[in-house]
Amino acid sequence: MKNYAFVLFLLLEGVALTLLFTYNSYQRSKYLNSSNRITGNIYEAYNSVVQYFHLTQINQNLAEENAELRTLLENQTGIVAADDSMFMSLEETDTLYRFTPARVINNSVNRSFNYFTLNKGREDGIESDQGVISGGGIVGVVTQVSESYAVGISVLNSRWSISAMVKKNGYYGSLIWRGENYRLAELTEIPLHVDISPGDSVVTSGYSSIFPEGIMIGTIQDFSRPSGENYYSIKVKLSTDFKNLSYVEVIENQDRPEIDKLENIITDDPMAN
Amino acid sequence: MIRWLIKYAAIFIVLVLIQVLILNQVQFSGFVNPYIYILFVMLLPLSTPRYGVLLSGFLIGLAIDIFSNSLGLHTAATVFVAYIRPYVLGAISGREDEMSDYPGLKQNKFTWFLYYTAIMVFMHHFVLFFLEIYTFSHFLTTLYRIVLSSLFSIFIIVLSQFLMFRE
Repeated sequence: MKNYAFVLFLLLEGVALTLLFTYNSYQRSKYLNSSNRITGNIYEAYNSVVQYFHLTQINQNLAEENAELRTLLENQTGIVAADDSMFMSLEETDTLYRFTPARVINNSVNRSFNYFTLNKGREDGIESDQGVISGGGIVGVVTQVSESYAVGISVLNSRWSISAMVKKNGYYGSLIWRGENYRLAELTEIPLHVDISPGDSVVTSGYSSIFPEGIMIGTIQDFSRPSGENYYSIKVKLSTDFKNLSYVEVIENQDRPEIDKLENIITDDPMAN
Repeated sequence: MIRWLIKYAAIFIVLVLIQVLILNQVQFSGFVNPYIYILFVMLLPLSTPRYGVLLSGFLIGLAIDIFSNSLGLHTAATVFVAYIRPYVLGAISGREDEMSDYPGLKQNKFTWFLYYTAIMVFMHHFVLFFLEIYTFSHFLTTLYRIVLSSLFSIFIIVLSQFLMFRE
């Protein structure tokens, strides 16, 4: 059997390419990712050592976030005190979100498809399809969960797009990362008649049940009007520094099962679409 | 045989840990990522049967993939270099050269090891980076990343030969 090496090569390469191309971020194998126990433990042990070197930075970020939240809180009570019944009723029917803090124990920024690993899993109430944010803004969404670890797909992953909105006028489009610069993403589907300018904030739209509305994504850095198209090409500077991620919050939408149930009725309806 | 197995198991673990805990974390300019774990495939004895080399490549690629959530990517690139290894060795070794069974730096000429590393690393990175984006649309950007990352990988692999895995 002279050519056995070539046959074995084709076989192994076939297995590898099948794994690579049948990729589906939501249906991947339960064990072959970094939420499994062995890789999770190794990353966690490593992270518990190196995070000491980042403590100053982490403290500073947390202090800034505290200050921002305090400002928000002060303004919030101001509005409620204004006795605006319309606002109150909106507030009461609003979706309930629960936030779980977690630590990022592994993270990358320089691949085409970047992921992060969190030190919390199913036993802490983390499930797939929950959003992840940090003090700086949006981070990503959880895709795989094991007992005590979770893996998420980061904004810096060209397989994922986010429903994003220009804060000042409410026009929304899709935010996609194109894979070159870890600080820049592209906002598409904003029609040409919309008034935008550099420095405008881009936030989550709230049209998916993953993120609440108004979570910071970034600011418009630059935009152009590609000839022959009806939409802007907008460069958005991401507000989260993905090279410097440590503590994040996982968002659980308490009304999620109900929303999903309702939306499934529509997709099951043969008359829809 | 047992000593041999233990030695290569140790090299395997050390290389995977160096790769995922150090090199994948240090992100030079967000553009360059050295991959040195193919040293495992490179350092297998020349007398290793070809199926052994291929399976070794498959295993270490899979290990790296599991850690980096890139199932199949590193596996495919590493199986490829494991397959071409005998041809690379044949191409760079003269007929009259006395070859040591262990293809390390100390056992061979410096230039020979440098050629060996350069070809293997470049082939690996070429397959890896193009599979990662599976499009040729950013051909020059990707080529630039391949060349930069290869230079780093080659440097680290050659350097590591003075410190570790010497025989």
